[in-house]
Amino acid sequence: MEASALRKTPLNAVHRELGAKMVPFGGWDMPVEYSGLIAEHLAVRSAAGLFDVSHMGQFDVEGAGALAFLQRVTSNNVAKLVDGQAQYSALPMPNGAPVDDVIVSRKAADRYLLVVNAGNIEKDFRWLTAQAPAACSLRNRSDEFGLIALQGPKAAEILQPLTPLDLSVLGYYRHAECTVGEWPTTVSRTGYTGEDGFEILIAADRVEALWRKLLEEGREKGLVPAGLGARDTLRLEARMCLYGNDMDETTTLIEAGLGWIVSLDEQKGDFLGRRVLEAQKKGGPPRKLAGFEMTGRGIARHGYPVSVRGQEAGAVTSGTYAPFLQKNIGLCYLPAEHTAVGTEFDVDIRGRKVPARVVPTPFYKRAK
Amino acid sequence: MSPENLRYTKEHEWVRVEGDRGTIGITDYAQKQLGDVVFLELPEKGRAVKAGENFGTVESVKAVSELFCPVSGEVIDSNAALVRAPEAINTDPYGQGWMIVVKLGDPGQIAGLMDAKAYEALVASEGK
Repeated sequence: MEASALRKTPLNAVHRELGAKMVPFGGWDMPVEYSGLIAEHLAVRSAAGLFDVSHMGQFDVEGAGALAFLQRVTSNNVAKLVDGQAQYSALPMPNGAPVDDVIVSRKAADRYLLVVNAGNIEKDFRWLTAQAPAACSLRNRSDEFGLIALQGPKAAEILQPLTPLDLSVLGYYRHAECTVGEWPTTVSRTGYTGEDGFEILIAADRVEALWRKLLEEGREKGLVPAGLGARDTLRLEARMCLYGNDMDETTTLIEAGLGWIVSLDEQKGDFLGRRVLEAQKKGGPPRKLAGFEMTGRGIARHGYPVSVRGQEAGAVTSGTYAPFLQKNIGLCYLPAEHTAVGTEFDVDIRGRKVPARVVPTPFYKRAK
Repeated sequence: MSPENLRYTKEHEWVRVEGDRGTIGITDYAQKQLGDVVFLELPEKGRAVKAGENFGTVESVKAVSELFCPVSGEVIDSNAALVRAPEAINTDPYGQGWMIVVKLGDPGQIAGLMDAKAYEALVASEGK
């Protein structure tokens, strides 16, 4: 695709000014790295990184029927949320596979925000509209906002001087409306790196000023701008799924290991995909997404075939060199009976069978 | 700037010719395009290689890239230290980042490779 056909976030010129290497991602022109992927990855594990995730989408769901609608179209139990709380969830189809994975935030009993993947904004909006929302309005507000993720053990220390909000009482997956610098924002304690951190939602025309302010405030504490490359290796070390790689419209949420966001609570009631998801949650799915380490020399990549005892078994969905762990790791679907930790199998790396082993996940878990 | 004493391919390998030996690596431009190199596969000593043929693989965190031999001949040295620590491809592409030494089978092939000036022009056109 020509660079001119790609969509640009409000920070596009800032990335170029910082010397970022730009790549197409989900139809967007995005920074893959600035100083270097490994340095950025390690900075997020030891200090902090700043990510432009403005390409992600935001939908408002508001009205007396908002809760009932969201209960029907998402997999997690929205009724468990209180004001200022968010949950990881998905939009399942009747076959139990997701249209997308999303974050549902409750602003008030009748006002919710959905954060969706950049490449799925139009698809999700069409899907939700087709599910006939009743007594609520659905609005795609993606172009109105910029979103910055500040991630790493120093994130709170960097953000605190810029906001009156007491970050020490903002829990994981909680959010609050507050100023950062001089600008009104919504700060959430969420992220996609396996570290503590925040995602800051702000009007699109103010995101550049906020980005510069955060970088300036954080520089001496080790904050660096970090690209999508490090975002991908960080999320994989933390075993977070990437839509389009590790799950899509052909993999059920249970197969993807996301049973914890499939609610069978009585309060949840019926929802799209419930029949399949309930059966798989109780009886077990035929295949599962397994985490593995390469035991032979080689890096597994998305799409490489895998085999167990010579039998073709599936394919790698994500694979990389893991910069913090200094190992070659990945995720792949395997028949459920071959997913026990310690199971040996082979990854076909460009025609050569290289041994791998199922390992416990997450691959990386931060010390609390 | 690309060193004047090397010859280059359009796939961004360099070769340094000394007598009947050619030392081969990838260019500074190539390593920058790849990003942090984390994996390298090279042929053993004694293997016969042909100009234009694949002789190994270099991988960064994000990308896999095949290596193409600029010249034909026999591999007489292979940089085992680089296989263990391939990050030298990023830090010193024309020095410690050397990959293999080939005993030239057809020294006439060298004339068909680009000099530094022609290579710089190629890089400039790719950068656009």
